[in-house]
Amino acid sequence: MNKRSNPGILETTVSRREFLAGMGGLTFTIALGGGLLGRASGALAAEPAARLSAWVTIGTDDIVTMTVPAAEMGQGTLTSLALILAEELDADWSKVKAVFAPPNPKVYGNPHPLLNGGQASLASIAIAGYYKPLRINGAQARRVLLDAVAARWEVPVGELTTDSNKVVHAKSGLRIAYGEIAKFATVPAELPKIGESDLKKPAQFRLIGRQDIGRIDVPSKVNGSAVFGIDVQVPGMVYASVLESPMEGAKAENVNAADAMKVPGVTRVIPLPFGVAVLGTTVEATRAGRAVLKAKVTWNTTGVDAAKFDSEKARQEYDRDGRDPNAKPLEWFKKGDGAAALGRATKVLEGTYASEHCYHAQMEPMNCVAKVAADGQSAEIWTGTQFGALAAGVASGILKTTPDKIRVHSQLLGGGYGRRIAPDIIAQAVVIANVSKQTVKLILTREDDMAAARPRPMTHHIIKAGLDAGGNLIGWHHRIVAENVDAIAAPPRFKASGGKDLIGWRGLELPHYSIPNALAEGVREIRGMRVQPFRGIGAGHNKFAVESFLDEVAQAKGVDPLALRLELTKDDARANAVIRAAAEMSDWKRKRKGRGLGIAFSEYHDTLAAGVAEVSLDRKTGKIRVHNYWVAVDPGLVVQPENVHAQLEGGSVFGLSVALIEELTFKNGAVVQSNFHDYPVLRMSDMPQIHTRIVASNAPPTGMGEIGVMPVAPAIANAVFQLTGKRLRHLPMSPQRVKKALA
Amino acid sequence: MASVAISVNGNTVQVEAEPETPLLWVLREHLKLTGTKFGCGEGLCGACTIHLDGVAVRSCKTPIAKAQGKKITTIEGLSANGDHPLQKAFIAEQVPQCGYCQSGQIMQAAALLTKNKHPKREQIVAHMNGNICRCGTYQRIVRAIQRAAKEA
Repeated sequence: MNKRSNPGILETTVSRREFLAGMGGLTFTIALGGGLLGRASGALAAEPAARLSAWVTIGTDDIVTMTVPAAEMGQGTLTSLALILAEELDADWSKVKAVFAPPNPKVYGNPHPLLNGGQASLASIAIAGYYKPLRINGAQARRVLLDAVAARWEVPVGELTTDSNKVVHAKSGLRIAYGEIAKFATVPAELPKIGESDLKKPAQFRLIGRQDIGRIDVPSKVNGSAVFGIDVQVPGMVYASVLESPMEGAKAENVNAADAMKVPGVTRVIPLPFGVAVLGTTVEATRAGRAVLKAKVTWNTTGVDAAKFDSEKARQEYDRDGRDPNAKPLEWFKKGDGAAALGRATKVLEGTYASEHCYHAQMEPMNCVAKVAADGQSAEIWTGTQFGALAAGVASGILKTTPDKIRVHSQLLGGGYGRRIAPDIIAQAVVIANVSKQTVKLILTREDDMAAARPRPMTHHIIKAGLDAGGNLIGWHHRIVAENVDAIAAPPRFKASGGKDLIGWRGLELPHYSIPNALAEGVREIRGMRVQPFRGIGAGHNKFAVESFLDEVAQAKGVDPLALRLELTKDDARANAVIRAAAEMSDWKRKRKGRGLGIAFSEYHDTLAAGVAEVSLDRKTGKIRVHNYWVAVDPGLVVQPENVHAQLEGGSVFGLSVALIEELTFKNGAVVQSNFHDYPVLRMSDMPQIHTRIVASNAPPTGMGEIGVMPVAPAIANAVFQLTGKRLRHLPMSPQRVKKALA
Repeated sequence: MASVAISVNGNTVQVEAEPETPLLWVLREHLKLTGTKFGCGEGLCGACTIHLDGVAVRSCKTPIAKAQGKKITTIEGLSANGDHPLQKAFIAEQVPQCGYCQSGQIMQAAALLTKNKHPKREQIVAHMNGNICRCGTYQRIVRAIQRAAKEA
């Protein structure tokens, strides 16, 4: 096992048993998801075998260890969730460590309605979901310390206060460190009841909202000591590579195992349903063996529906299906009567929009270390995953055992963006380990990572808007045509919702615009595409259509696009404020020679943002250049301001990349591209100056991972329209498409 | 299998690997210097950047045979205590998000500052353009390099 020490944090390879037994301190627990408040176990530190896991552990060395229930993939929750716990505990931040919780939704589940007690790191809901329960747990832990000191000093607990890892008795001037208290305090069987009024008011916060608190994982990420899944080494392991099947159900033929076995170090070639595994004593051997196979392999796709998929053709078919009078759309968002309003409108506008499949391109190629016990009834997994609980479930399914027999050692993720939700590669590693009876470190080549893409879906949009005689926007009708992500990523939920795509349709709803009649609906394509959540979720592509079309409405009404958005949000103070902020930051009214400005607004799980892009265009090449991008965000109460700015910048860059460059195409069901030469992502030379601003509000805290993505693409498209009078309707807005639109 | 002697972070080590083996895998899996990352295997992303005699190279496209007789420096050997001006600046500017590309970014930037103490913004961009950051920290990378140049 990898036992390197990381300055300050991340004892991710220490087992829970070692961890609890070794601390000799106090452990506080709380069960989330079900009965939220007040349920807890006794002194776990003395009972390492207890099933409940700890959130807060105070060592006799005064170190406070926070168990963080979410994965760390760059979004910063390893810090921000620990910070929330530390706030109510009144911990000394310099003595706080954070460790990853094991997958155990009963203890660590996120009560946010989207997960409803499930434990996964997705959809920017960690802060929103865990904020209150973590504060309550921190406050309970603090109260236990106070009670213990009150009993020992024989003073009323009301006379005690806390200050940065110390309990203080002002009257006598006595102070005692938390680490000292941990030596004598016991955790009551039932933790103290904590209500809303026992929690700090925002004005009392000492940690939440501090500008100067950085991320605790950052130091380990500049000296090479941070441990990602791909960095794990386990004694006795062998390496594996999988030549990935290009689509579900394709079978490898012409598997040239004999030649692959001639590569020094290659020990086995195993054809499996998901591809062909090459095992060996070194990574380089498995990569060379895989290359030998790749040269000759063919894929039998008889009877595989996905093999009929061709991006070029599908675009036409999606449009046809969306306009089919017999189409059976499912309703997603309804306000008033959108259809009737369009019927009585004096002017009806229509716009079509489209977006291509996109590849996550997380910098750490998919990988997993798996070790299956000799009896095949339990396993250990080392990997970076957004959904450890699902990984345990899938692994236990493969081994025909139960999830509690799967130990998941969570590592840092070298990018997630939704790709590390699906447990496909974890399942592959477990299968290979089980079949080979060896501990296996599976690392995909970049080429296989791309062949096994779980992309953002291709989408097609038909939107109509109705204006009355006075030019008022009275009706809205948005129809999306796409493969449904929820059908593949979350089949039980998809079934329960009656076939609504909670992921792919997100963002079609218009909760902040005062359009009296609106209908948004989806038409399902079933093409066998392995679509999955992608940074920005559905809103990442849907807001491009919504916000571009809103500009068309403004144009038809003859009003400024900013003025229309301000008018539509005039009764929605938060939305109105971020739009005004972005306009002000960009000096919206000032004309720039040879440049266009475009604005867009988006919301995602109650985080609001508005962006303004300033662009120019090389008409010869069709290349759009974004010079400046101003973006304002309201994430409710701000837990970590510096990270809010960082996420907003990063999300904007991701948004720029998918807006301008990224296009994963399929031919005969297989991904055409293979590496960063033919699937480029945004590089430094294409960066605009990004200007971020936080617009304060009193709303509860919400997430920052996705929101940066959404406003970028429509803001650019709207800016190009202002500059050229031509509307770009198709993502990505590649030079080729721009030239076509200008022609 | 051949036995090859290479110099890594000031130490001479003997590794069992074929001469054409990419240095990346020798560093990561043979020597457990996992700060150097695998991203693409084709020299397209920069995650595996290390120094050969002070020059930034992609270790995924460098056979160990080519590294023989040269000084190999990885992120682990860039400074004694993780206190290279760039490492301090990357913390001060809170650059890393997922962090996976950051070793490569820092090694690439360090080679620039060695030959150009005060690079202009355009020179930084030109030098860093081969290093992808999918989390989108480019703006902070530029700021950190400028800070390191100023504070070094």
